[in-house]
Amino acid sequence: MHYEAIVIGVSSGGMKAMKIMFSLLPKNFSTPIIIVQHISAHSDTQWIKLLNDESNLSIKEADEKEKIEKGNVYIAPPNYHLLIEKDKTFSLTIDERVNYARPSIDVLFESAAEAYKNKLIGIILTGSNNDGTKGMKRIQECGGLTIAQDPATAESRYMPASVIAAMQVDYVLPLNDIIALLIEITQPQAHK
Amino acid sequence: MRDIDTTELEISLLLEAVYQKYGYDFRQYSEAHIKRRIMNSRAMSGLENISQMQSKVLNDEAFASKLLQDLSITVTEMFRDPAFYRSIRENVIPVLKTYPFIKIWHAGCSTGQEAYSMAIIMQEEGLYDRTTIYATDFNQLALSHAKEGIFSNSMMKEYTTNYQLSGGKESFSGYYTSSYDNVIMNQSLKKNIVWANHNLVTDSVFAEVQLILCRNVLIYFNRNLQNKVQRLFYDSLVNGGILCLGSKESLRFTDLNEDYTEVDKKQRIYKKDY
Ligand SMILES: C[S@@+](CC[C@H](N)C(=O)[O-])C[C@H]1O[C@@H](n2cnc3c(N)ncnc32)[C@H](O)[C@@H]1O
Repeated sequence: MHYEAIVIGVSSGGMKAMKIMFSLLPKNFSTPIIIVQHISAHSDTQWIKLLNDESNLSIKEADEKEKIEKGNVYIAPPNYHLLIEKDKTFSLTIDERVNYARPSIDVLFESAAEAYKNKLIGIILTGSNNDGTKGMKRIQECGGLTIAQDPATAESRYMPASVIAAMQVDYVLPLNDIIALLIEITQPQAHK
Repeated sequence: MRDIDTTELEISLLLEAVYQKYGYDFRQYSEAHIKRRIMNSRAMSGLENISQMQSKVLNDEAFASKLLQDLSITVTEMFRDPAFYRSIRENVIPVLKTYPFIKIWHAGCSTGQEAYSMAIIMQEEGLYDRTTIYATDFNQLALSHAKEGIFSNSMMKEYTTNYQLSGGKESFSGYYTSSYDNVIMNQSLKKNIVWANHNLVTDSVFAEVQLILCRNVLIYFNRNLQNKVQRLFYDSLVNGGILCLGSKESLRFTDLNEDYTEVDKKQRIYKKDY
């Protein structure tokens, strides 16, 4: 299966999880990754710079109407919802909060599911609310692959647990194994 | 049979019906956004599919106005993005001061918070008596709310913080009177604001102004429509006039990128070239 994009939702405990994730993903990891991290409306982009400095991949804030390119990691800006259009560009909105969150994981995931159908991987990591559960369901309905962090290994167990309770997730794994799986299924040639 | 997504076809037919019957043109709004709003409206309405919504829109005016409300996002704040207003004070006010009469256009003013914020700044800078603020939106309900100038008391804490962060030095509570759960903005702020219904997609230039603020409206439009509306702004600005966009909007992807000079890149403030 040739996956074209990965969407990740992460909330409390997310900084640490993302640091680990980006230290493990190799430089040649080319499938674009799009992330909603719940974050305060007034936070600046300093943390993205820090994350980018420590990572093998190029990490940036998603811009309005920007085209999604291979090899990039995009993060939803604070205080905006991030959506993906059918032509694989980003839209931003300031619609009401969803699940008390803006950006909301559900908003990104639902639009990504429609845009990428079965070429999408959806991942829910640590967090202490249930944003992302509806989005994961939608990804599955559209034929995408779903992965949740094993709640027992997550800093905050509630968010992945909520997904697991609501649906039959394809994989439930600790973070390290999620990364290994991603490398395996998106870059099969490297393993032959 | 052609390979067409039924939902998408239904959405485009619904938008066509809204446009032909009521004149509101959402056909070039961001598709993912419109789809999300329509799916939500459908779920709330209890109707089975979007085709049923289309029939109801055409025959039931109350349902149609409800849908129009659902498609118009009126989320706003006073002094939203305080750093932006600080830049207005520092970089834009000196330009405005050079004009004997100042005309400002807030396009997509929603319930008015942005226009009242601007009126406060103009008053503090001693310019308000020679200023007219045109505040426009296509959402009549939002406009009526704006005109009343009555806001929930519960928002004032956030607005006050924003005001202070934006460089405001007065007591913010001096700009309104509280009564029970609400506040009402001072008449002295309202007096030079002209509220008007204007649709950026279907209406044309209505005044020549020195400053346009259109924040968090264009993000809802596709690139083609953004270009069209940017042309309207360009034609409405005097030479040397100032255009302010939302913190995530820019001229970068538009045809008019070369016709403006950046005043404050981060705060998305641009000056029309002479
Ligand atoms: C999210 S609000 C932004 C309010 C304010 N400018 C701010 O940034 O806080 C967007 C506003 O744009 C208005 N709008 C959307 N499409 C429009 C159109 N075609 N013509 C005029 N106003 C429009 C909506 O009714 C809504 O009030």
